[in-house]
Amino acid sequence: MSTVIEPPVSQAEKHVEELDTVTIRFAGDSGDGMQLTGTQFTNTSAVVGNDISTLPDFPAEIRAPAGSLPGVSGFQLNFSSQDIKTPGDQPNVLVAMNPAALKVNLADLEEGGTLIVNTDSFTPENLKYANYATNPLEDNSLAGYRVHKLPITTLNMNALKGNVELSRKEIDRSKNFFALGVLYWLYDRPMENTLNWIRAKFAKSPELAKANEIALKTGYNFADTTEVFTTHYTVKKAKIAPGKYRKITGNEATAIGFITASQLSGRPLFYGSYPITPASDILHELSRHKTFGVKTFQAEDEIAAVCAAIGASFAGQIGLTGTSGPGVALKQEAIGLAVMTELPLVIINVQRGGPSTGLPTKTEQADLFQAVWGRNGECPAIVIAPATPADCFHMAIEAVRLAFKYMSPVFYLSDGYLANGAEPWAIPSIESLPAIDVRFAKDPATFMPYARDPETLARPYALPGTPGLEHRIGGIEKQHITGNVNYDPENHHLMVKLRQEKVDRVVNDIPPIEVMGEKSGKVLVLGWGSTYGSITSAVEKMQHDGKSVSAAHLRHLNPFPRNLGEVLSGFETVIVPEMNLGQLCTMIRAKFLVDAVPFSKVKGRPFQIREIVRKVEEYL
Amino acid sequence: MSTQSNGHSGNGNGNKPFGEAVSVESDAGSPVAGRIAPPPGELKKADFVSDQEVRWCPGCGDYAILNNVQKVMPDLGIAREKIVFVSGIGCSSRFPYYMNTYGFHGIHGRAPAIATGIKCANPELSVWVITGDGDALSIGGNHFIHAIRRNLDINYILFNNRIYGLTKGQYSPTSEFGKKTKSTPSGTIDYPINPLSLAIASESTFVARSIDIDVKHLGAMVEAAAKHKGISFIEVYQNCNIFNDNAFDYFAERTVRPDRVLYLEHGKPMVFGKERKQGIRMNGAHPEIVTIGENGITENDLLVHDIHLTDPSVAFMLARMEQPEFPQPVGIFRAIERPTYEDMMEDQIEAAVAKIGPGNLEKLINSGDTWVVE
Repeated sequence: MSTVIEPPVSQAEKHVEELDTVTIRFAGDSGDGMQLTGTQFTNTSAVVGNDISTLPDFPAEIRAPAGSLPGVSGFQLNFSSQDIKTPGDQPNVLVAMNPAALKVNLADLEEGGTLIVNTDSFTPENLKYANYATNPLEDNSLAGYRVHKLPITTLNMNALKGNVELSRKEIDRSKNFFALGVLYWLYDRPMENTLNWIRAKFAKSPELAKANEIALKTGYNFADTTEVFTTHYTVKKAKIAPGKYRKITGNEATAIGFITASQLSGRPLFYGSYPITPASDILHELSRHKTFGVKTFQAEDEIAAVCAAIGASFAGQIGLTGTSGPGVALKQEAIGLAVMTELPLVIINVQRGGPSTGLPTKTEQADLFQAVWGRNGECPAIVIAPATPADCFHMAIEAVRLAFKYMSPVFYLSDGYLANGAEPWAIPSIESLPAIDVRFAKDPATFMPYARDPETLARPYALPGTPGLEHRIGGIEKQHITGNVNYDPENHHLMVKLRQEKVDRVVNDIPPIEVMGEKSGKVLVLGWGSTYGSITSAVEKMQHDGKSVSAAHLRHLNPFPRNLGEVLSGFETVIVPEMNLGQLCTMIRAKFLVDAVPFSKVKGRPFQIREIVRKVEEYL
Repeated sequence: MSTQSNGHSGNGNGNKPFGEAVSVESDAGSPVAGRIAPPPGELKKADFVSDQEVRWCPGCGDYAILNNVQKVMPDLGIAREKIVFVSGIGCSSRFPYYMNTYGFHGIHGRAPAIATGIKCANPELSVWVITGDGDALSIGGNHFIHAIRRNLDINYILFNNRIYGLTKGQYSPTSEFGKKTKSTPSGTIDYPINPLSLAIASESTFVARSIDIDVKHLGAMVEAAAKHKGISFIEVYQNCNIFNDNAFDYFAERTVRPDRVLYLEHGKPMVFGKERKQGIRMNGAHPEIVTIGENGITENDLLVHDIHLTDPSVAFMLARMEQPEFPQPVGIFRAIERPTYEDMMEDQIEAAVAKIGPGNLEKLINSGDTWVVE
């Protein structure tokens, strides 16, 4: 390694400090590799036994102009020796690879926080791009932070020039590994995990592998040997339940969950989808698992994707379609067809900022009404929502179980935060997973297409190919029992009520909602979906401080668990934090006549713990 | 049905992760025992007539098509339970209710997408799409293109009556330019689409056309479509006697038909006319009508029909020939071989299993970055 710009100091002079929890945000240009850097830091932190939670935050533009504010891509990681459930309210450390990244992210950095900047990118041109009138590295505006000014581009270039057969441009692309190396030293992380990854990833481009490896090690050694950093930190292993863990994102857990549901039910999985952010990774993941018999169909549009899934369901496979909000808007007529034909179907909605194209890469929870009520006619569907990235696995199995058992469409509401966020997942034993029982009609003597199961009200599932059960289904109103086309007023009224009753009876098949804390008191914080981490952390903290606060989290949204009304009645105030203008809040006010308080945040970002704490304090 | 122990699968069933259950045929838990297809002639037309009352207007061309399809079905040697009719919305889309097979009356324009899912899920089924000009070419135009280009082994029959019947008489995407209808009292100002042009442009491997009242010919087309492996598209000129009566009389009416319709036959020169004296000859890049026996022209000068040309140019040219400049061609325009979507989908699964073995759930959930907490 050729570069040493600071005089070396001996190890003895460097302090080691122990921390419980650290939040780092990596920020740079879209092309700077910040998602990769953050992911590598996350993987290493998970493997060394920290609890982790991440929040990738990237622009909708693939490559916005280099150095521009819209082109800034960020990745926030919270790692801890404690049990954590969110990616952290405020970064303690901000790595800013260019002026735009500093501009966009500085306001979030905690007071006195650590700032690591790549000074090489603070050129007059980049400063202008980022709307800086003066250079913040020189105008004393960063006085409130511990600033480490590193010429990362130069240091990296000097280290690599002559050592690898690559152009300057190619060398420059490895500077994120230099930054990662610095952070690895600073937080006492081993490099092995990332080195192994580099070797596997660039197996076919040995020069690139070498460049990234040198960059990582040089960054590490630079931090170790120069005076820039006098202290480094350790974060001990988290005390989490024993077992085998893996790091998993919501989209990965979703894909693996549906494959598992296919294996548990013995029915092959058919996934019809049209590429859309932030759901596309589910399509990518499922298309890799052909050995499980998964058939993925990239359709010509959202409507074809859901219609093909309905066709596959009719023919006996697990009909699954996945999209985000705008795609659901297009699919709704077809979902109504599945309600009318009473076929199993699962619709994944990885919610994003709306309306219309909205904020494609940002998270939101504003499609709850769309799932529950968003179709023509009285058109009930089952609605469920995973609470954490790892919970996506279990709720995928739940979606398939309910779809088959009740012969009904099931909405599975994930969101951008769950989809891309990662956490440790305690890998379950396969024996512990629920069986999914799928029954087919067989007997021509007794078969009637719309004769219902007395318990669930599900109609029989008769597969094409079964002799003697030839029958016709479709979107026109069905005659009770026979399934023939029927326009009779009394029959329509009956069928509307039966379809509703069938979905209502799912309540007998889902667990009661659990209260975290006392069953009565001043405030209940009620949530659904990805707000789980922030709500639970906030309420745990307040309970620790002796406050009269409890929390409850809904994973089944239509129907609600049977005991929800009773739980709500135990509290003086029910607060419902949602990344929408109060959709769940409206639903529970309508259903239970409680004066619930909406707490809305529709900014494309998850709730911070402290935001919830402050809101709850208003009602104590 | 029982769940698979430990989620492992594919035990001893060749390279299919669910054994033969990829089709429903021999899945232990499914009700479908392997049935041998009935020999042609065992089933009768009546076996394909459902118990539902047919509700088309008396005199509608749809009756003739239904009758023909029911008549052809027994000759195909396919078990009744293996046949699925799928439709969209419109008069023609009521068709599945009248067939005593499996049927799915879908939503407007989406039948090809529903059929795609059915065929992918169970390639052993004989899948038929019944659609109309509005259903296929207006609201369902996108699915028309893509279902065809994928070359699924689906039979796709478009009833073209050049009008919207079920909504009572608005113009359709195939209505002739200037047509006065309820929604166009001053005449249409959109140019009609040619379904065969679009099917050929969409890479259809089988393209045919027939006429509702030309019973024998229609039956032959339906049978040929059923036997073609891959997408089989048939346009049927179908009379709507309520909102667009006699729309095709200018070439299809019995007395003028011989002079105004060209029956395409593979391997034969293109001859038409009551006296079989007229034919189609290429003049440079353009077709022209010639008379056999005049100016020394013989049958040898005429264009010989070849349905197997991989180049679609001639099929496209024939699709563009129209009355009154040319006779209206009917018959098979094109029939080429190409691997089907559902077969390639199965092949990819089998290849993946052959390469790395059937999916192992234990391995899957334990993949990625893992660590153990003591």
